[in-house]
Amino acid sequence: MSADHDGANLLEVRGLTKIFGTLTACDHIDLNIAKGEIHALLGENGAGKSTLVKMLFGSLEPNSGDIFWNGEAVRITSPGMAKKLGIGMVFQHFSLFEALTAAENIALSLDDGSPISSIAAKARALSFSYGLPLDPDSLVGDLSVGERQRIEIIRCLLQTPQLIILDEPTSVLTPQEADKLFETLERLRSEGKSILYISHRLEEVKRICDRATVLRHGKVVGHCNPREETASSLARMMVGNEVKAVVRAPAEGIETAQPLLEIRALSRKPATPFSIPLKNINLNVRAGEVIGIAGVAGNGQGELFESVSGEVLQQDAASVRIRGKDAGALSITGRRLMGAAFVPEERLGHGAAPRMKLSENLLLSRHATDGKVFVGAGGAVKSGAVYAAAQRIIVAMDVRKSAPDPEAAALSGGNLQKFIVGRELDRSPAVMVVNQPTWGVDAGAAAHIRQALIELARSGSAVLVISQDLDELFEISDAIAVMHNGELSKPLPIAEATFEKIGLLMGGAEPGHAEHTLETA
Amino acid sequence: MMRLELVKRPQRSMLFSALSPFIAFGLTIIAGAILFALLGVNPLTAFEIYFIEPISQVWQLHELAIKAAPLILIAVGLSVCYKANIWNIGAEGQFILGGIFGSIIPVLFPGFEGPLVLPLMLLFGMVGGAFYAAIPALLKTRFGTNEILTSLMLVYVAQLFLDWLVRGPWRDPQGHGFPQTIQFNDSAVLPELMPDAGRANWGFVFALVAAVLIWVLMSRLLKGFEVRVLGSSPRAGRFAGFGLSRMVFFAFLLSGALAGLAGISEVSGAIGQLQPVISPGYGFTAIIVAFLGRLNPLGIVAAGLVLALTYLGGEAVQSALGISDKVARVFQGMLLFFVLGCDTLIHYRIRLVGMALAKGAAKLDAAPKLKEAR
Repeated sequence: MSADHDGANLLEVRGLTKIFGTLTACDHIDLNIAKGEIHALLGENGAGKSTLVKMLFGSLEPNSGDIFWNGEAVRITSPGMAKKLGIGMVFQHFSLFEALTAAENIALSLDDGSPISSIAAKARALSFSYGLPLDPDSLVGDLSVGERQRIEIIRCLLQTPQLIILDEPTSVLTPQEADKLFETLERLRSEGKSILYISHRLEEVKRICDRATVLRHGKVVGHCNPREETASSLARMMVGNEVKAVVRAPAEGIETAQPLLEIRALSRKPATPFSIPLKNINLNVRAGEVIGIAGVAGNGQGELFESVSGEVLQQDAASVRIRGKDAGALSITGRRLMGAAFVPEERLGHGAAPRMKLSENLLLSRHATDGKVFVGAGGAVKSGAVYAAAQRIIVAMDVRKSAPDPEAAALSGGNLQKFIVGRELDRSPAVMVVNQPTWGVDAGAAAHIRQALIELARSGSAVLVISQDLDELFEISDAIAVMHNGELSKPLPIAEATFEKIGLLMGGAEPGHAEHTLETA
Repeated sequence: MMRLELVKRPQRSMLFSALSPFIAFGLTIIAGAILFALLGVNPLTAFEIYFIEPISQVWQLHELAIKAAPLILIAVGLSVCYKANIWNIGAEGQFILGGIFGSIIPVLFPGFEGPLVLPLMLLFGMVGGAFYAAIPALLKTRFGTNEILTSLMLVYVAQLFLDWLVRGPWRDPQGHGFPQTIQFNDSAVLPELMPDAGRANWGFVFALVAAVLIWVLMSRLLKGFEVRVLGSSPRAGRFAGFGLSRMVFFAFLLSGALAGLAGISEVSGAIGQLQPVISPGYGFTAIIVAFLGRLNPLGIVAAGLVLALTYLGGEAVQSALGISDKVARVFQGMLLFFVLGCDTLIHYRIRLVGMALAKGAAKLDAAPKLKEAR
């Protein structure tokens, strides 16, 4: 706050407001970014971080408020204009064409007609000087997520920005890759560039950021120096109250328990040129335990989920077994009828049909398993029974909504996820497979979902959780396996697992061979 | 340089969603008035002849029902396809094949008479239409072909096949060389509903029954839910355990059977024999009916009556004012254009963008959009 009016601010935001219909996404936001600082923007999902950043980058127009750039009032009406001012952005979800090379992707966004070869040379030089190794001639489709992020960063740096906005940059990186990124950021700071760092990972904010602005429900709730705060005091600012910690009772007797989900030598050829083949995956999930699968995004987790859920069938029926019976040749409906339940990563469009009501979305995954209850003679849907069941789930999971039975797309991500998880829990499935259970979900809802998964396991079910969030896996898992490049490591019992061990495995290291870690990623 | 961009609206207006067909109809009338004025006809006179006179007497209402029946029958079938995001454009061909299959009994076995004949003919007609619709379904599921192209191209095959039949093997030997089959015997003719009042036949009843049944299917049955899920979010449909291939066959066979039923009803009821041309483009006009009726079976009944009127009106202005009856096609085309336009503007608003500014923005936006699309 000390840098308020001394003119050293690169960017000043005063009273910036954005209203969508009845929702005030950003409510009189004030923000100062000084030259040469790494400034954290903290907040839960839905706090207004993305809306604020989009206004700074010119992809959204504010309803009111002012932006000052180097002390001068500016109106940023398009991303092109933001770039001209010197604002660069690295998006959370990359906007790269997989079928083009890194250099071609960079050329597309530079749009100044310079030949690819000179762009490639510049990119190579820049990547070298910032310690971000990158081959500009490689196809994006062949690159790891970390490498793709480097393209985005270099693409941004080539435009010599004064302010670089990074949106959740480490959510797709291994801990070791993240360390490398932090080195680059510190280097940029030392050159006098400013960085706006958006994250909800408090430890890394404490580690690299000079100042932080915390948003909650579209309002600034505080500015602070993250180094003087604790992770829990930051969390309190973000959430507004204490988040209930997840309680994990020790699992008893699971060594001798029956495996309810068995994956045996599961392999799968890549379905598209850019998807990952699964190589000889073996895993048992026993009654009463939660097994976590860690891994950097795009290492075959999605492919594994599809194979286990039965959205894609296996040639070898014995490669997936549910409750002791072969299920590999059965469809997702067949596997559900054996007692399994599934929650996919994408909520809208995969786990739920966006334009359909919650009650209809209940029917989506349970029309067969609860056939007698929900579907009457001649295939007539008993909408009354479906509606009642949907309301039961809404109450059980504390789903907040604006109408009795709204469309799925009308719910916030966290509330929809609570409904989708609740929809499966309501069946008390013997086997539950969840991909990214709390991705983009606020802390309160995430704790609720995690607790529910643990309780399901302790009541005698087998729970398999695929997640990119290591904190989450350490919180709920009894053992963690790591997925890398389509292969799955042996599960490490939670007592033996450390961030470092898991991180190395995520980077592709064999257990015990920690030397060749990062560059194989 | 300026450029037009469509920007997705955050919220759809319920009011305008409901009003859209009426606005489209109003715009069609305005454009039609300009069209008539340019042709040198007083628009008011023309509209009276086009829209009012053809339905001012009871027998004319029967004619309206005759024209509306095939449109409604085909369109309710198509609405299931389109709700499932499956694009059957070949109902015209399925209609013709229905007419041909249904005519097998009265043409090849003219001696076969009795109460069984008509039900068998209708059944054959449905089988014919379904069979013909199965071809693009098979091509799509087996080879991944685009069903829009295959189903459309098969229309021309069907038209030429019918043409060949009535000029060749099925030609009436006593027909003085005219390209047509023998007149169907009495038990092969679809009875009129009220012979004293007008010509309308049971085809109209079939259409209404089909509309109600499809409405029940879509709004009350699990199968209809499956159609809607697969159509709106195919991946969620797969997650639900609904098979897309099965749905392609279901939608094509259902819409093909209804188009086939419309075909044999038209041949057996309104025409009484096979001719080289048995449809004034019902299969294509039904696409307009389906969208004008908001893909809702009950809306389709109303839309079918409106489009039937454009046919009658076209004939009326031709005889009264000497304007080509192609004007009916123009009206139908304008109506579809305005319906689709209104629907688009409900979901999107138009933004004018200066070229220089837009370039950078578009470049940046393009990649994520492409990603979404995949």
